[in-house]
Amino acid sequence: MNDAKNEKESENLSFELAFFRLEEILEKMNSGTATLDESLKLYEEADKLINTCSSRLNAAERKIETLIKNRKGELALTLDQKPITQNFDL
Amino acid sequence: MSAPQNAPPVLTVSQLTNAIKHCLEGTFSCLWLEGEISNFKLHTSGHLYFTLKDSGAQISAVMYRANAATLKNIPKDGDRVTVNGDINVYAPSGKYQITVRELRQVGLGELLLKLEELKIKLHKLGWFKKEHKKPLPKLPKKIGVVTSPTGAAIQDILNVLTRRFAGFELLINPVKVQGEGAAKEIAEAINQFNQYNLVDVLIVGRGGGSIEDLFAFNEEIVATAIFNSRIPIISAVGHETDHCIADYVADVRAPTPSAAAEIVILEKIHLIERIEIIQSRLQQMVFSLIKHARTHLNGLLKQPLFLSPYAMVGVPMQRLDEMRNRLENQMKQSLNQKQLMLDGQKKHLQSLKPTTQLEFYRQKLCTLEKNLNHRILNKLNSLRKEKLAPLVDMLHAVDPKNVLTKGYCILFSEKDFSVITSVSAVKKEQDVRLILSDGELISTIKEINPK
Repeated sequence: MNDAKNEKESENLSFELAFFRLEEILEKMNSGTATLDESLKLYEEADKLINTCSSRLNAAERKIETLIKNRKGELALTLDQKPITQNFDL
Repeated sequence: MSAPQNAPPVLTVSQLTNAIKHCLEGTFSCLWLEGEISNFKLHTSGHLYFTLKDSGAQISAVMYRANAATLKNIPKDGDRVTVNGDINVYAPSGKYQITVRELRQVGLGELLLKLEELKIKLHKLGWFKKEHKKPLPKLPKKIGVVTSPTGAAIQDILNVLTRRFAGFELLINPVKVQGEGAAKEIAEAINQFNQYNLVDVLIVGRGGGSIEDLFAFNEEIVATAIFNSRIPIISAVGHETDHCIADYVADVRAPTPSAAAEIVILEKIHLIERIEIIQSRLQQMVFSLIKHARTHLNGLLKQPLFLSPYAMVGVPMQRLDEMRNRLENQMKQSLNQKQLMLDGQKKHLQSLKPTTQLEFYRQKLCTLEKNLNHRILNKLNSLRKEKLAPLVDMLHAVDPKNVLTKGYCILFSEKDFSVITSVSAVKKEQDVRLILSDGELISTIKEINPK
């Protein structure tokens, strides 16, 4: 669980860095100091960053689940003590 | 036929009904009545029609629209209520009813009192303070929902998420949201999400309802579960005015489940919009940069240097051709020289050939021979000229013919062609022949004169 948390945090960090870099590139290109060559390189980098960020934002697949409970309201668990879920039908 | 005398007066139905109306309405006005609602009907006109009953009797009731509008909650069958109103007789149907001005739920007072007490208690504990509010995750991966699986709330949440995003992860912990045991289920569900660390953010709520319906969200057990949750919680109890305790304790309060769903994905929507803006801005910039550069390039290309393909290479090309010509000439000259040298050598070699020498000597020999012959001939000729010529001359001199040329003539006898050398050999009148250098003459002797 700790590992998963760390992973999540580093993922978030890289996302934030990518976003920060994007803003930086935008500012630099906006300032008009970059040459055409530099601008094209920056644009290429930005395009990759946008793809990274977009796919991170849109990555999650649609998953709607519900927990299963017994009559006492306790969660149904697997053998390794993880809650059992099932798809939730609308 | 005539009416019998002393007979009691006969009333019309209207007269009686009017008498009853006066009697009842005058007596039973502005009264308080308690009973249970049944046959409740909200007419399209906005007026409420229902029956108030208890175990032994019932009375029709109407609450006109203007009064009904003041109700916080629309009552329903089975509700125990206290109403304030007047008895009216409705003549057209011959019925009496109570016209309700004010309607109160029985027991509401106790409920509200309990809520206020809890609110004060939790407030004193500091549970509503800002410092306890946890920030919501900006980009939650998994969203937990504590609500009824069959209620409107979950549908509203799913609608919002579906409209906004193709993909999201949602985990529902199904609970009862009203009635007996609802509060306990809600609290347990919150605890379960925390215990198994199942989600990044929680929505706890239900759709709208009366204050009694929503009361589970005002119970201490739910407030405690919300306060103790490590997972940030958005309360989403659908009600218009009053906040419930859950709202005060939750990290964020949403007015409805739909709003809660919007809040959960707010940051995500912002980020997506921001990225879209950045993308389009960058594209615009790059396009305009490229357009600018292209215009610049086109301007450059119109310069004469670039218009003719030979403009740049023409001069070097000509120089190259010149150099090539010079090189070729030099090569030719050099070749010619060599050829000449070779020819000379060839001739020299030819001259050194033995057959040529032989020929040379043969010719020389030939020449010598000729010279020798020539000399001999010359010698002979000169000899002839030197020695023979005088002899010939002498011979010439003695030739009679030559003497004749000098004026001499020879006299021949006509008869016998004998030469007459003496005057005695001739006679007078004899014919003689005179031979001169260039012919003969026949003459006759006229005189003879010896010496």
